[in-house]
Amino acid sequence: MAPDNPQEKTGKPLVYSLYRQGSSRRIVFIIFLIVLLITAAIMSAGIGTVAISPWNTVLAICHSFATQVNNLLGNYIPGIVDWYNSIPYPTNPQAELIVTGFRLPRILLAILTGMSLAMAGAVMQGLLRNPLVSPFTLGLSSAAAFGAAFAIVIGPSIFAAFFQVSDDVFIIVMAFVFGWLCMLLVYGISRSRGTNQATLILAGVVIGYIFTAGVSALSYVTTNENLRNLTVWLMGGMWGASWTSVLILLPITLICLILLMRMSWDLNALASGDDVAKNLGINVNKLRLRGLMIATFAASCCLAFTGIIGFIGLMSPHICRMLIGNDHRYLIPCSALMGASILLISDTAARTVMSPVEIPVGIIMYVIGGLFFLFLIIRSRGRGLY
Amino acid sequence: MELVIEGLVKDFDSVRVLEDISFSITNGEILAVVGPNGSGKSTLIKGITLIHEPSAGSITLDGTEVRKLDPIDLATKIGYVPQNFSYTLYSTVFETVLLGRRRYIKWSVSDEELSRVQQSLDALEMGDMAGKYMDQLSGGERQKVFIARALAQNPALYLFDEPTSALDIRYQIEVMETMRRITWQQDSAMIIAVHDLNLAYRYADSVLVLSHGRMFGYGKPEDVLTPECISNVYGVDSFVVKNEFGKFIMPFRVKNSDVKG
Repeated sequence: MAPDNPQEKTGKPLVYSLYRQGSSRRIVFIIFLIVLLITAAIMSAGIGTVAISPWNTVLAICHSFATQVNNLLGNYIPGIVDWYNSIPYPTNPQAELIVTGFRLPRILLAILTGMSLAMAGAVMQGLLRNPLVSPFTLGLSSAAAFGAAFAIVIGPSIFAAFFQVSDDVFIIVMAFVFGWLCMLLVYGISRSRGTNQATLILAGVVIGYIFTAGVSALSYVTTNENLRNLTVWLMGGMWGASWTSVLILLPITLICLILLMRMSWDLNALASGDDVAKNLGINVNKLRLRGLMIATFAASCCLAFTGIIGFIGLMSPHICRMLIGNDHRYLIPCSALMGASILLISDTAARTVMSPVEIPVGIIMYVIGGLFFLFLIIRSRGRGLY
Repeated sequence: MELVIEGLVKDFDSVRVLEDISFSITNGEILAVVGPNGSGKSTLIKGITLIHEPSAGSITLDGTEVRKLDPIDLATKIGYVPQNFSYTLYSTVFETVLLGRRRYIKWSVSDEELSRVQQSLDALEMGDMAGKYMDQLSGGERQKVFIARALAQNPALYLFDEPTSALDIRYQIEVMETMRRITWQQDSAMIIAVHDLNLAYRYADSVLVLSHGRMFGYGKPEDVLTPECISNVYGVDSFVVKNEFGKFIMPFRVKNSDVKG
């Protein structure tokens, strides 16, 4: 063995130090992303038609949270009232209403959507070993769009009345149902040919086209007013934000994140190919089906509230892979945080750049995310992507 | 460890790819599977790992039918290196080798697993490459990384599908020497699908010749790999050279062609 081998100096194997270094570097990166996200959220809550200082924003959030806790538990736990009274009011009297009533749900919706789409993208890319895969490219978004378009164009008159639900809920449910339907269809087709991953992607792309054709047909035949609603939905955005949507999506996103992260090692092994993964004791078909279903669930739940949001599910995993590598234990949470940050920052820009006029979030997101992505490709030691 | 295969059959959509394959292998042995392209070498190896489950016949490992084993147990007993391997650019050598320890890792990686990885890399003299990314390696080095991954799995039986196909002659000899050493040191057995008849001749304890999915010959290399056998299976004329280094097979022309030998 060469005398300058690190093993000789440290007494520990080289892989030992490599592994520790790699892990701590990735954990630092995750912490950085968390800090970035929280900072962005607080800043974002302060920016808008009424500007609120970051300190007031924090106070408003704390005070509002304390009020909720006090209302819930104040009668049962005596100490809570004192604690509640100890939290100062924000100096700006409107701050609490603006921050928690309007801006915070929207911020949280952006964070949850960004997380869901990005982690779904990361897992789908890992499961299918293909860099082009994302909720968008597997036809999921088009299918969800078709569901929503169907609901917007035909729904209010017949189905919504039949099911006794409001138009908005109906749109969401339809988007969600069609998202899943698409995934089942894609998986079913590929399965009948022996789950070849190229078949799966091709099936996704083709089904996406079919649903896009459906959306075009619907928008061609519909009335002017419906067409406007449809266009707004198709452009995607955080307009639909409310505490209800946040409370629905929060548990779904977190549970899916945990479930997907539990697959990390199997996803790592799958990078060596199906045969090797099978040899390592992994039930590849089951893993792929389960992973796709969970990722679809997370993504289509969010898409249902926000309309079509592309790009994040494709780009965030790539950005993170370039920065911290392919270990899914870190890649999945990193992608989620990266997706949340990009979507939140883009949405904040979208609603403030031309305030009070909002521009669609996609316009900002493609520019911010796209430039960042190109920057990474250029400085990536000329290695390209795949 | 003893692997016994009896009457193995594999059909793909009613096309019979393997028919009536029977052989056995025990600790310290290397079995070379040779045969022309498409003769069923890869299918046989994938059949034993249950990647392509056989249509009929039995595969018993130490008296237990492998199909009755938990896939997770099977993963600790059989290590497999495919002919075509995939990898991502963003994985390092040691991360790839670490996957061989998948069965022993729950979430975080213990020092013991890491030292196993180091041992496997050292066994192939790749210890100092641990931190390199997979795309920074040459084709041969990558192939060695995958062999190291199988070593890290520490199985009783290794299955290699053309492990030397991407290696230059020096690496080929190095890798085969390493494999010979491992079977003795770890008391394990190896089944290697290989195109190079001389590698089979030199390093294998027994040879299985496949032709159109059937066993054409099975036994000691010098008994099986004769010019008659090679002529029948490959349609190639050859002769055997003996000198102080051993016996060598020299294929030299397609049968019945008039090329001067």
